[in-house]
Amino acid sequence: MTAAAQRSEHGPATTPSTTLGFANVSKRFRSGKRSVEALQDVTVNLRPATVTGLIGPDGAGKTTLMRLAAGLLAPDSGNITVLDRDATRDSLVVQASIGYMPQRFGLYEDLSVQENLDLYANLQGVPTELRTGRYAELMHMTGLGPFTRRLAGQLSGGMKQKLGLACTLVQPPRLLLLDEPTVGVDPVSRRELWSIVYRLVREEGMSVLLSTAYLDEAERCGEVILLNDGRLLGHGPPGEFSAELKGRTFVVEATDGLARRTLQARLSARAEVSDAVIQGERVRLVLDEGADAKAVVAGIGDGALHPEAVEPRFEDAFITRVRAARGRTAHAHAETGSIGQTQDDSEAAGTHDTGANAEPVIEVRDLERRFGDFYAVHHVSFAVQPGEVFGLLGANGAGKTTTFRMLCGLLPPSGGEVSVAGVDLRRAAAKARARIGYMSQKFSLYGHLSVLQNLRFFSGAYGLRGTYREQRMRWALDEFELGNVADANSQDLSLGYKQRLALACALMHEPEILFLDEPTSGVDPLARREFWSRINELAHAGVTVLVTTHFMEEAEYCDRLAIMVAGEILALGTPSAIRQQAAEGDEAVESMEDAFIHLIEQAEATGGSGS
Amino acid sequence: MNQENRSNVRGGARMRLRGLMRKEALQILRDPSSLAIAFVMPVVLLLLFGYGVSLDAKHVPIALVVEQPSAAAADFTASFRRSPYFEPTSMANLQAAERALVAGRVNGIVHLRADFETRLDGQGPAPIQVIVNGVDANTAGIVKGYVQGVWSNWLQRRAEAAGHELAMPVRLEPRVWFNPDMRSRDYLVPGLVVVIMTLIGAMLTALVMAREWERGTLEALMVTPVTIREILIGKLVPYFVLGMGSMGLSVAMAVWLFDVPLRGSFAVLAATSALFLLVALGMGLLISVVAKNQFVAGMLALVTTFLPAFILSGFIFDINSMPVAIQVLTHIVAARYFVAILQTLFLAGDVWGVILPNAAALVVMAAIFLGLSRRKSRKRLE
Repeated sequence: MTAAAQRSEHGPATTPSTTLGFANVSKRFRSGKRSVEALQDVTVNLRPATVTGLIGPDGAGKTTLMRLAAGLLAPDSGNITVLDRDATRDSLVVQASIGYMPQRFGLYEDLSVQENLDLYANLQGVPTELRTGRYAELMHMTGLGPFTRRLAGQLSGGMKQKLGLACTLVQPPRLLLLDEPTVGVDPVSRRELWSIVYRLVREEGMSVLLSTAYLDEAERCGEVILLNDGRLLGHGPPGEFSAELKGRTFVVEATDGLARRTLQARLSARAEVSDAVIQGERVRLVLDEGADAKAVVAGIGDGALHPEAVEPRFEDAFITRVRAARGRTAHAHAETGSIGQTQDDSEAAGTHDTGANAEPVIEVRDLERRFGDFYAVHHVSFAVQPGEVFGLLGANGAGKTTTFRMLCGLLPPSGGEVSVAGVDLRRAAAKARARIGYMSQKFSLYGHLSVLQNLRFFSGAYGLRGTYREQRMRWALDEFELGNVADANSQDLSLGYKQRLALACALMHEPEILFLDEPTSGVDPLARREFWSRINELAHAGVTVLVTTHFMEEAEYCDRLAIMVAGEILALGTPSAIRQQAAEGDEAVESMEDAFIHLIEQAEATGGSGS
Repeated sequence: MNQENRSNVRGGARMRLRGLMRKEALQILRDPSSLAIAFVMPVVLLLLFGYGVSLDAKHVPIALVVEQPSAAAADFTASFRRSPYFEPTSMANLQAAERALVAGRVNGIVHLRADFETRLDGQGPAPIQVIVNGVDANTAGIVKGYVQGVWSNWLQRRAEAAGHELAMPVRLEPRVWFNPDMRSRDYLVPGLVVVIMTLIGAMLTALVMAREWERGTLEALMVTPVTIREILIGKLVPYFVLGMGSMGLSVAMAVWLFDVPLRGSFAVLAATSALFLLVALGMGLLISVVAKNQFVAGMLALVTTFLPAFILSGFIFDINSMPVAIQVLTHIVAARYFVAILQTLFLAGDVWGVILPNAAALVVMAAIFLGLSRRKSRKRLE
């Protein structure tokens, strides 16, 4: 037996010289006539015993890179070395010595937790006498101990994620590949996963490659690999990325006369501003090199704005780099207010600010939905004022989509009252539907129809005719910059374009209320920024917007929001009120994610969220 | 690699296979749909075909039109009433009978003219008009034959009663071998077993593989030391056991519930069934190489295995009466060989002249399908 084989089959005897190395790797996929360059000439070397984050927008090639490393795909050119072995030629040996968790965790849902573990222990060849100890260790680490007999399909998203991880760890691997392990999982479970990963690196010297769509997670990584459009955009510690932006990042506090969203929109319209996002009560700015912060904010509001210098974050660097790579074409939408609504600007701002006094446009009281004896939604009550952006925040399975479907009249409630635009949905769902626009999670486009055909179909479905219809279609093409792809099949569009088209379709009949179900899921941060600036304009023009999301930071864009956990509302109010509610003592809560976690802990401390 | 390590590798393979098979068995036991396909569907299909569907003509409604009642006519029509094959209704005239035929209330008309008796007794041939509804050509043929049978029986009895032999230059004395009662059930049931086995072998295997692709579990499995051969064997063995179980149930029902004779030996039945199941499983695995979602896999399995087994296997439609081009096509339908084997085993016995060539064809097909699935399956996602 050779030394290499010895190493790869048994624990960390000696350190391999290469943990994971890509040398000039290219990979293309063909689907029909089209060919997509998933990876182009990527050369990268993973640092051992470190958590490396694989970060990039949707479609950047993250999953392809993971699968190549796992020997599941063969590169078109270049070499991939995993633990000193060629991942393509010796894929079986490589696969025996790494752990890999695919996007949906790879669990058998009709097997119990224990049976899943047994299966992977058998496949990984864990000797029977070692199993009891290893299982106990893993169950302790993941907190799944009490649930070993439960079927995997009946676990929550967070528990599935931890079981998936445990299954890849039954035979401690030298290299752990995790493909988007935290997407759609609640913040508490995300945090727990991270602490497990840190422990593995610290105590077992494991090397971890983890891909993620959450930019804030990059800062938790030892190193970051940044991918965009199949090309390597950078590799190094996250601090190194943000260091470039030193002296270019500021926050501006919104003053009385100016709402945060208006401020953000006006700031991002400035030429020197490369990025502007809402962060709590403030707007965070990234300026172009050499720009003067004071000069940038001078012309905005009543002149009382004070830019305050802050430390750059990884996200700032990410957006700047990706934007530079794309030639800044996807710059945030300027505050033109031209989204096609007729209301006057100042008037809309007026309704928006005094919205609390007006008749609510959506009213929900004690809403309930049972599936068998399971409550998907339980005792949910809230009201939404006209022109408000109202968010439903929660992990996958918290009941957001179910609530939404009831609000749109797609699913009858088991109990409670729902009125939308003054119409009781239990009696006249169709009447209410004519006044709402709905954009579903998967965008509901006809893949084989072109952009133009989709627009024509949806405008027809909403009963638009003649010149009005033509006018709305022209509006959609101009407003959403779809003109250059008008004849492309919608299935061939990038996710960002699909999202725009779906939004355009939902707006064809100028609805007063817009329902958006996870509109930004899987869409890259750039497209997400652009999307939110459009939503802002709509709200500004008086459209009421209801939106669900599992991105905690997006909650800041909402006027008010409800945090949902296990079918119930945990907290309801403006973002700042929720952060205050979550704060304990003098310790202020900075981010919505921290607020979420604090609130869950508080609820558990007072006897759980169950009624 | 030294000796010790090699045995480790083999021990690992055993452990991995055990793990895969255990997983598959648990999934089968917990998934009501695969158990239903294996054990409920055979029962339903066998009951349906055993009791409901029959290609025999029995109690066929016919109209009897007798223009001039007479002793001879009454005697003749009485023989129709006695026959188990007919359900005669007397009608006043031909017009009424024709209306009944058009409306589908009767499948045929037997018409005796007014001069039936006079002609019968003297002036030569007494014509009987028989009108058969030819829409269902199969039943029409059978009705026509039965009417002739009733007529010649009646004629013979009449001659015997009159005390003389019926003068006939040639006498036909048919002997029906293997299925003397000519019960269609006896040859339908063995054919049905073939259809059921195809469904379990090909459809179920293709679907469960596609399900693993859809749910992403196969992706996770592949990044373990497991080999593609082990993954395939891990699927083959459990579904082989399930298929044989279903086969046992079907044979038991055929023999004890429907009284289909089993004249061949049980060992040959078991061996050829195992062989055919391997072919079906091979087809299922091959489909799963191409189809990675359950919908496509289901449609492919239906079109390439289930429908041919139903239509082109000789189970219902006789292969020799098909056009030559179709006959050639049936040679790539594995079910055809197994239908021939089963019908022989059940009704005739261990006829080696039939069993051996058909079994040889099955061996070839099993080797092709399993070999192709092995070659085409990669531990890769593309």
